[in-house]
Amino acid sequence: MNHYETVFIMNPVLSEDQVKETVKRYTSYLKSNNAEIVSEENWGLKKLKYAIQKKKSGFYYLIEYKANGAILSNMDVEFKRDETVLRWLTVKLDKFAAEYAVRRRNRLSETKKSAE
Amino acid sequence: MARNKTEIRYLSPVDIDKRRKEKYCRFKKMGITYIDYKDPDFLMRFLNDQGKILPRRITGTSLKYQRRLATAVKRCRQLALLPYVGDNLK
Repeated sequence: MNHYETVFIMNPVLSEDQVKETVKRYTSYLKSNNAEIVSEENWGLKKLKYAIQKKKSGFYYLIEYKANGAILSNMDVEFKRDETVLRWLTVKLDKFAAEYAVRRRNRLSETKKSAE
Repeated sequence: MARNKTEIRYLSPVDIDKRRKEKYCRFKKMGITYIDYKDPDFLMRFLNDQGKILPRRITGTSLKYQRRLATAVKRCRQLALLPYVGDNLK
């Protein structure tokens, strides 16, 4: 069970619930392949630094999970088949990266708390 | 007969401080163990204003962290958080 992190960018023309539905498709795919989702982050609509498929912005979504490596290849196929996803990047986290991710999450939750 | 007065000869060569400021790897010094590819602001410091990665001889980072920095920047560009070719980034 390795530790992975996937960030994907969705088409900006999607409505809010279409975005949720796409995300749910991948999280349910992970859950069905007995992967344990550690955390999810919705970065929302962000401007892209360069145009991807003629689009200037996109919905970013981050999923951090522990999974068996075998499921990643056909998850990749699903991403490819899905037109709503412009781009995706899956990264394996080593122990430094995993520890950094925990620290980063705490920092984000603190800034959110202080913002409220 | 004194030669022209303007020529000043020093007995011993003046030792200009040739030793430049000692460079250090800021990742080792600050104890950073992981370079995150998700925050472009931190990575922006290692790019020049065209968006290119600064060489080690300028930033002074060690080889190990320069490689990690390079992969992080390339992943960041892949996610369109950093431009491949930027103009006046700074």
